[in-house]
Amino acid sequence: MEHIQKRKKKAQGYIEGKGLRALPHNIGYDFKKNKLIYLMSLPIVIWFIIFCYVPMGGILMAFEKYSPVKGIIGSDWVGFGNFRAFFQGPYFLRLMKNTVVLGVLDLIVGFPAPIIFALLLNEITTKKFKKTVQTISYMPYFISSVVLCGLITDFCASGGVLSNLVAGVTNSGGRNLLGISSYFRPIFVLSNLWQGLGYGSIIYIASLSSVDQELYEAAVMDGANRIKQTIHITLPGIAPTIIIMLILRISTLLQVSSDKILLLYNPSIYKTADVINTYVYREGLQNYNYGLSSAVGLFNSLIATALLLITNKISAKCSDTSLF
Amino acid sequence: MVKKKSFGEIIFTIFNYLFMIALCIICIIPIWHVAMASVSDPTLVSATSGLILRPLGQLSVTAYKIILTYKGLLIGYSNTIFYVIAQCTITGILSVMGGYIVSRKTFRYRNFLMLFMIFTMLFNGGMIPSYMVVRNLNLIDTRWAMLIPSAISVFNIIIMRTAIQGVPDSLEESARIDGANDFVVMFRIILPLCKASFAVVMLFTAIGKWNEWFNAMIYLPTKTSLLPLQMFMRELLIKSSGDAVNQADMISNAQLYMTLVKYAAIIVSTLPILCVYPFVQKYFVKGVMIGSVKG
Repeated sequence: MEHIQKRKKKAQGYIEGKGLRALPHNIGYDFKKNKLIYLMSLPIVIWFIIFCYVPMGGILMAFEKYSPVKGIIGSDWVGFGNFRAFFQGPYFLRLMKNTVVLGVLDLIVGFPAPIIFALLLNEITTKKFKKTVQTISYMPYFISSVVLCGLITDFCASGGVLSNLVAGVTNSGGRNLLGISSYFRPIFVLSNLWQGLGYGSIIYIASLSSVDQELYEAAVMDGANRIKQTIHITLPGIAPTIIIMLILRISTLLQVSSDKILLLYNPSIYKTADVINTYVYREGLQNYNYGLSSAVGLFNSLIATALLLITNKISAKCSDTSLF
Repeated sequence: MVKKKSFGEIIFTIFNYLFMIALCIICIIPIWHVAMASVSDPTLVSATSGLILRPLGQLSVTAYKIILTYKGLLIGYSNTIFYVIAQCTITGILSVMGGYIVSRKTFRYRNFLMLFMIFTMLFNGGMIPSYMVVRNLNLIDTRWAMLIPSAISVFNIIIMRTAIQGVPDSLEESARIDGANDFVVMFRIILPLCKASFAVVMLFTAIGKWNEWFNAMIYLPTKTSLLPLQMFMRELLIKSSGDAVNQADMISNAQLYMTLVKYAAIIVSTLPILCVYPFVQKYFVKGVMIGSVKG
């Protein structure tokens, strides 16, 4: 009798509190209830396995002397040999320095700018003017990186607009700016700023509009001027957004927009322009040095993950805002 | 509440307006320069060192004639249009389905599935292992290589999930009583109510595809006939190959037009997006906002 009741109960629903042992039953029961959902999940799960999880297995290549003939399983293991080769190789310091410098410069210049722009735009009361400024400032974002780099190449070529401008200021004759290593960093950072400023401000403008208007009225009553209102009401109001954006930004610090660098750089400015990701591309896909390239890629993504977790933790501690 | 402005505030307002105007000029001027130079006299353009703010010499559309007869651009244009449409279709269906399944309250393992997807945002195999997967699937040098590896983005699924969760359950229940299955509920009931978010996903997909070049470079190494527009733009702008101009040998002083042809190509390839985006701008704001809601 008891046994029949148990079976009846079992057929009726999920078994709770039994952990993994109940999993097959629960999945089976869930499947019966949601057959079409499982059918829909199928292509999505397969896609994630093939294009996200299988490549994670490819990380094994970082620990072996990969040979295409022997495959991932059959290639000779070298342990941390590839990592050692990279850390002790001639390019390690240069790559680290360039990646960090470009990433940090881009952060310092490119992160606060959209916030300041949003704050200034917020002070503009003419609706039509505000809208026009927004539309125009978003425009550069929609220009493809190929066209943007084409513009940069053209403007920086000897005789180009920027090159002439620089020549006028420094009295040094119009040279090709992309051939001089000391100019690469400002060109890269400023062009990123040009492209991302307006679009980057969208999120701040949106969160500004959700700041409680009554607070401002109360502040005016108390005699606070514009600057005081900004410091005491506006900034605290959008602080959570700023912090989230900062976390996301810092986690991609070492990624740098490598597709732009690939389009812009040339061997004569590798000294300042070559970054970890462009090196991964050259070693892996141009020189077929898969093992070394995977090791460098893994190193880079481990640092990115660590940065994300650390910044997230710090911000959760200090300000109660965190990504997860 | 009308309040008299202080002197400092007036100064600030004036400077603020001037700053905004300056910023707009900086945003527009490179494109304006290119547009104006592209219809100018080529000899005058090469002799000018500053910005070109109005057409120099006689207005001429020769550069446009050259670029519009350049085979590479035509191939690239048609391929890009194909990729945009195909990618939007594939990504559209998968994003709606993905958002739908992880928002089903009756689906016990939805949270596990979401984690399964979000984990890939945090950690991935990197460029080389991904390339090798695509190569092992024999997708290299096929159109599929441009479509399948970029078919799903977790970001799109999160956008759709957020939108679907906002649809009231009662609508679905009444449809179920009328005998609707999951597909019917998803496409006929929920999708029409999530049009705005769906539009955002489509827009991001379309614009990303229009501007894409890196995947084409690594996944289509030898098939020139499949390359998208941006790859031809790269040939023309970055590698400065004279293909476009050489093809146009009916023009006597073709070489002279090299710079102008580049400019005309920039305008021709960028114009569609620059014309469309102001109209869909409001959706971007929505998209950015939804995207910022944590998953």
